[in-house]
Amino acid sequence: MTQLVKINVTVNGVPYEREVEPRLLLSDFIRHDLKLTGTHVGCEHGLCGACTILFDGQSVRSCIMFAVMADGHKIETVESLGTPEHLHPLQEAFMEKHALQCGFCTPGFLMTIVDYLGDNKNPTDEEIREAIDGNYCRCTGYENIVEAVKLAAKKMAAHS
Amino acid sequence: MKPAPFEYYAPKTTEEALQNLTDLGYSGKVLAGGQSLIPAMNFRMARPSALVDLNNVAELAYIKLTDDGGIAIGTMTRDNAVEHDPIVKQRMPIVAETMGYIAHPQIRARGTFGGAIAHADPAAQLPALSLALNAKLLVKRKGAERWVTAEEFIVGPFMTVLEPEDMLAEVVLPPLAPRTAGSYKQVSRQRGGYAQAATISVVSLDDRNHVKDVRCVLFSVGETPILSKYAAKVLVGNEPTEAAIADVAAYAAKNECDPGSDLHGTTEYRRQLVEVLVRRALTEAVLRAKK
Amino acid sequence: MAERVFHKSILRNEDPQILAGKAQYLDDIELPGLLYAAFKRSDYAHARLKSIDVSEARALPGVIGVYTAEDFGDLVKPGPLQVPPPTAIKGATYSSRTLMPIAKDKVRYSGEPVAVVIAESRYIAEDACDYIYPDYEPLEAVIDLEKALQPGATLVHEDLPSNEAAHVVQERGNYAEAAKKADVIIKKKIYVDRVAAAALENRGIVINWDEKAQMMTIWCGTQSPITLRNATASRMGLFENQVRVITPFTGGGFGPKINTSMPDDVLLTELAVRLNRPIKWYEDRRENFLATTSERDQVHYAEIALTKEGKFLGFKDVFYHNSGAYDPYMMTVPLNTQTHTVSNYNIPNFYTEITMVFSNEMVVTPVRGAGRPQGVFVMERMIDAAARELKMDVAEIRRINLIQPDAYPVSTGIIGQDFVEGVLDSGDYPTALAKAMSMIDYKKFREEIQPKARAEGKHLGIGICTFTEGTGVGPYEGAKITVGGNGKVSVATGVATQGQAHYTTFAQIAAEQLGVEVKDVKVVTGDTGAFAWGAGTFASRGATVAGTAIHLAAVKVKDKALKLASKILETPESELELVGGYIQVADIPGKKISLGELASMANPMRGTFPPGAEPGLEAVAYYGPPYGATGAGCMAMILDVDAETMKPKIERLVMVHDCGIPINPMVVEGQVHGGIQMGIGNAFFEKVFYDETGQLLTASFMDYLFPQATDMPPKIEMGHTEIPSPLNPLGIKGVGEAGAIPTPAVFTQALEDALYDTGVEIMESNLSPSKVYSYVMKAKGA
Ligand SMILES: Cc1cc2nc3c(=O)[nH]c(=O)nc-3n(C[C@H](O)[C@H](O)[C@H](O)COP(=O)(O)OP(=O)(O)OC[C@H]3O[C@@H](n4cnc5c(N)ncnc54)[C@H](O)[C@@H]3O)c2cc1C
Ligand code: FES
Ligand code: FES
Repeated sequence: MTQLVKINVTVNGVPYEREVEPRLLLSDFIRHDLKLTGTHVGCEHGLCGACTILFDGQSVRSCIMFAVMADGHKIETVESLGTPEHLHPLQEAFMEKHALQCGFCTPGFLMTIVDYLGDNKNPTDEEIREAIDGNYCRCTGYENIVEAVKLAAKKMAAHS
Repeated sequence: MKPAPFEYYAPKTTEEALQNLTDLGYSGKVLAGGQSLIPAMNFRMARPSALVDLNNVAELAYIKLTDDGGIAIGTMTRDNAVEHDPIVKQRMPIVAETMGYIAHPQIRARGTFGGAIAHADPAAQLPALSLALNAKLLVKRKGAERWVTAEEFIVGPFMTVLEPEDMLAEVVLPPLAPRTAGSYKQVSRQRGGYAQAATISVVSLDDRNHVKDVRCVLFSVGETPILSKYAAKVLVGNEPTEAAIADVAAYAAKNECDPGSDLHGTTEYRRQLVEVLVRRALTEAVLRAKK
Repeated sequence: MAERVFHKSILRNEDPQILAGKAQYLDDIELPGLLYAAFKRSDYAHARLKSIDVSEARALPGVIGVYTAEDFGDLVKPGPLQVPPPTAIKGATYSSRTLMPIAKDKVRYSGEPVAVVIAESRYIAEDACDYIYPDYEPLEAVIDLEKALQPGATLVHEDLPSNEAAHVVQERGNYAEAAKKADVIIKKKIYVDRVAAAALENRGIVINWDEKAQMMTIWCGTQSPITLRNATASRMGLFENQVRVITPFTGGGFGPKINTSMPDDVLLTELAVRLNRPIKWYEDRRENFLATTSERDQVHYAEIALTKEGKFLGFKDVFYHNSGAYDPYMMTVPLNTQTHTVSNYNIPNFYTEITMVFSNEMVVTPVRGAGRPQGVFVMERMIDAAARELKMDVAEIRRINLIQPDAYPVSTGIIGQDFVEGVLDSGDYPTALAKAMSMIDYKKFREEIQPKARAEGKHLGIGICTFTEGTGVGPYEGAKITVGGNGKVSVATGVATQGQAHYTTFAQIAAEQLGVEVKDVKVVTGDTGAFAWGAGTFASRGATVAGTAIHLAAVKVKDKALKLASKILETPESELELVGGYIQVADIPGKKISLGELASMANPMRGTFPPGAEPGLEAVAYYGPPYGATGAGCMAMILDVDAETMKPKIERLVMVHDCGIPINPMVVEGQVHGGIQMGIGNAFFEKVFYDETGQLLTASFMDYLFPQATDMPPKIEMGHTEIPSPLNPLGIKGVGEAGAIPTPAVFTQALEDALYDTGVEIMESNLSPSKVYSYVMKAKGA
C-alpha cells in the first residue's frame, strides 16, 4: 500500500490541505497538484534553479525537497508577484531590459532575486552576478538580467 | 528523475527520531536538508526504504557558545544560519568564510551543518572545516551518546563511524587560541561548484610571531580530508617564512594528498593546485593571525 | 506618417504572460486521463540485445503497458531522413542509416530506448523501468573516429562495409599548385569536441487522439512542427488535416528540437491511439544528455600556404566528422564547416574533404552554430599559427587577407547545407575588424597595457577573430495575415518559436505595413492548424525567411485594404495612408475608415461577390531566397589568466556584428549575448564526454558545466555594422548563431597570448584549466 501523508501548506497566501505520497517532489506538488505551473523544472538535481521558490521567505530549490517537508510552511511562487496586467517592479524591469527570451528560467530568477533584493537594496554588478550565479539561463547570457536587477532595485526603492 | 518510493517518518523530538532509527535499523536513513540525499534519490543512485526526517525536530537547530568559549552547532542548523551568525562571524571568521563556498545560497538555505559532515563527501567543505578546527562531534543513539573527534569521524569517502541507528546530534568547535586565524582557498571549475582542490589552513602564532600551532587541511584531493603532518612538523616553533611555507606547500602537494584524474582535472594539475593553494592559504592565515 | 516600428527596440509582446508565470510550456499541459511515458534506455553503447524481460514491470500497479520492439511490428524500421543527402555535390558518397524508434536486436548508443513504459504517473513509469531486465551481449564500442575507419574495425552498422557514413571533397582553385608557390606551409591537427544544446526546457511531447473526431493533437516544443505533422500523418495513414501540431511556449531550442521521427513521437503517437488515452513524455535532464542529439566533434588536419608577407595562397582541410550512431540529419553540420572555414578571407585555392563517421555515441545534429564554429576555429587557429611563424601581428595578418567591401557578391565555389554554391551577398569585413580593434583599444593594449602587465608578472592576453554566419537559407517559409473585425491583425507562420521574440519581431514587420500598434498584432507560430506550410526554425532563418514572407503578406493585405478604402472613401489610393488602425486621407482629418470596419466590409454576408475577388483583409505569401544571407562580424577579447592555476577571467569582450537591418536591435543584442554565452561554454566549460566504452560521463549538470553569470565577462561590448542584404526587401540577415561561432577561437587565441612566456600552442577547443596546464607543461618540456 502506498503511504499517503496529509500536509498543510500555504502557497501564495492560500492554505491547502492535501494528501501526498512521501516521495512526491515539492516541484511536482506545486506544478501538478496545485496547478501552479509558473515554477519550472529543468534538471531535478538542484543545479539549474528553474524550480526556485520562496520557502518561509528564503529562495530554495523545490526539485530537491519533498512535498511532505513543506507541511506547516509557507511558500511563494512566481504567481505571487504580479499579473500580466500589473507586473511587479522586478518583472517590469525584466521586460524593460529584455532580461528574458524563452522565459523558461525566468520564474526561478525572479524568486532568487526577490529574496536577494529584500536584503540587498543597492547591489553592485559583481554582487548581482554572484547572487544569480545559481540560476542557469541559456538564452540571455545574463547581462540583461544583471541590468534588470539594477533597475528593479531602483524601482523597488522608489516604491517603498 | 523521480525518486523510488520509501516509508516516511517525521519525528518531532530527538528521542522519537532515535526510536525510529533503532526500529528501522538498516532500512532507515536520516533526512536532513536533503540537498545531497534527494538529488541522489532523483537519480535513483540512493534508494533508502525509509526516511527519518529531522526537519521537524526543532531542538536540533541552534548555535550557542560553550562554557569554554567554543561554539556548539546543532546538527540541523542550516548552512546559511551558520554563515550569517554574528557569534560565528566574530569568533570564528574562518567558519563564515568557508560557508560562503558551499554551493549557492538556495542550497545553503536548506543544507545543514551536521548533514554535510555526516555525508562525508571528500569534496565537501564542512568535514574539512571540522578537521581543521579539531571539532568534537556528538553522536547519539537510543539510550546512548558518545563524543568523536573530527579526525576519527570520517573513515572513508562517504563513510563515517555512524551506524544505522546513530544520529549526529551536535558539532562543537573548540575555542580558538589567541592570535589564531584561518584562510580558505579553493579552485573549482565554477563558482559554487565542488573544489578540484582546496585547503583550510588555521595558524596560531606566539608573541614572537612564531608558529604555535598549525592545522593545514587539504581536501577534495583524496578519499577524506587530510591534515598535513608535515606542516606542523616544519612550521611549529618556527618563523613561518616564505621559504618554509613554500616547502610545506610543495611537500603536501607531492606527498600528502592523493588526487585522482577525472573529467575536469588530472592528478598532476590537482597537485599543482594543492601547492599553490596551500602556499596562498598559509601565507594569508599568518598575515591574518598577526593582525 | 505612421510611426515606424520596424528597426526599433520595442518591448516584447510575450513578456507579461511569461513573467507572470502564465505562459503554457509543454509540461504544463494536463488533459483528462493523461498517461505518462518513460523509456528504459540501454546502459551499453554497443551491444546485442538478446532478450528483454518486462513481465515484472508489467505487473506493477499503475502500469498500463510495457512495450518492446516486438510489440510495435512494422513500426520498428529506420525513420525518414530529416534532410536530403548531398547529391548536389559531385562525387559525394553517403550511407543513410536513420534512427530506429526502439532498439531491436542491437543497441548502438548508450541511452537508446529498449522499452517504453506507459503508466498512471511518471513516478510509476520510472519504477517500472527498474523492473525491466534486458540481456545484452556487449560489443566493442566505436569511439575514436580515425580508428573507426581502419580495416577490421568493429562496425556500428554491420550491413555496411565500414563506419564511413559519407565522404565529400570540394575544391576551388588548386591547393596543390598553390602550395608549390608558397613561402610557408603550416600543418596542424585540430580538435573540436562535443557540446549539448542544453536548452533549459528539455524535450517533450503530449499526444491526444480524439477517437470520435478522428483527430490527433500533438503538443511539442519542436522547431519543425510541419515536418512532425507530415511525418506523423503519413506514418499513421492519416490525412494531414487529421493531425494538428501545436508548439506551446518553448524553453529554448538551439538545434536538437528540430528532430522528428524520434523514438518519442513515433512510439507515443502509436500508443496514444492504441490505448485511446492522451500521453505525455517530458524528458528529464539525464535523458536529455543521453538521448537528445548534440554536436561538434571533429578532427581536422589543416594546412595553410602563405607568402612570407602573410598573404594566404591556399588552405587545405581534411577532416573527420562524428555523426554518432545514425545520420538522420545527413551532412548539414560538416557542410556548414566546409562553407565557414574559408569564407571571409581571400583564399583562391581551397581543398576541403569530409569523412563522416558512424560511432557508438548519440546522434549528431545541429546545435547553435552547427558546424560553423568548427570551421572558424580551424581557420582562425591556423592563421594564428601562421602569424606566429611569420612573427606578424594577429590582427594585421587578418586585415591584409580579408575580402574587400566592393567585392560582393562573392561566389565561394563551395556548396553548402542548402545545396547551392555559397555566395556572400554583402558585408564589410575590414570595417568590422577596424571597429573591434578600436573598441578594444587594440593598439593601446599591445603598446601600453600588455607590456606593463607583463612587467608586473601578470598574464593578460588578447584575441581577435573574424567570422561569417551563413543564415536565412531556403527552401521557403510562408505566412498568412488577417485583419480581424476588431481591427487587430493576426499573423500565422509555420516556423516555431523557442524564445527568439517572434511574437514581437514578426508583429513589427506586419505593423510597419499596416499602421497598427505592435501590441495589436497577434502572432501565431508553429501551429499547423493556423498555418501548415514551411520548413522550420533552424540556421538562423526565422526572421529572414519567415520575416520576409510576413512582410510580403502584409504588403498584399495593405494593397487590398487600400483598394477597398479607395472605393469607399472615393479617394485615389496614392492619397491614402495607414495610421493608428485607420486608413485615412492624408491632410483631411476625419475622412477615414478603421481597418476593422474595412475587414468586415471585405467579407460581405449577403449580396454579390465579384468574380476573382478574395474575401477579407487576408493574404498569404511565401518567400524562398536564392541562397542564404551572410552575416559576419569580429570578436575581440582580453583574458587575465592566473598562470599558476590556469584560471582565466574574461576582462573585456567586444563583438562587432552585421546582421543587415535589425528588426529589433534589442532582440538582436539578446541573441548575440546568448550565443556568446554558449561560445564561452564551448571554449572552456562545456564538453560532452564519452569514455572509450561509449559511456556518457557527463549526464548531469554536476559534470556538464553550464556557463554561469560569473563565468561571463563583466560586459559584452557590442558594435554594429548594418549592411542590408540585397536578397530580401527588408535587408535582414539572421543572427541566432553569431555569438557561438567565433568565441572558442578568440578565447583560445587570447589564452595563448596570455601564456606567451610558456610558448604554449593549443589546437583544441572545449578546454579546462587542467588541459591548459597539461599543454603548458608540454610546452615547457616538463
Ligand atoms: C547544487 C548543489 C551544489 C552543492 N555544492 C556543494 C559544495 O560545493 N560543497 C558541499 O560541501 N556541498 C555541496 N552540496 C551539498 C550540500 O552542502 C548538502 O547540504 C550537504 O552535503 C548535506 O547536507 P544535508 O543537510 O542536505 O543532508 P542530506 O542530504 O539530508 O543528507 C546527506 C547524508 O547524510 C546523512 N545525514 C544527514 N544528517 C545526519 C545526521 N544528523 N545523522 C546521521 N546521518 C545524517 C543522510 O542520511 C544522508 O546520507 C551541494 C548540493 C547541491 C544540490
Ligand atoms: S529543476 Fe530544480 S534546480 Fe533545476
Ligand atoms: S530565457 Fe531561456 S533559459 Fe533564460
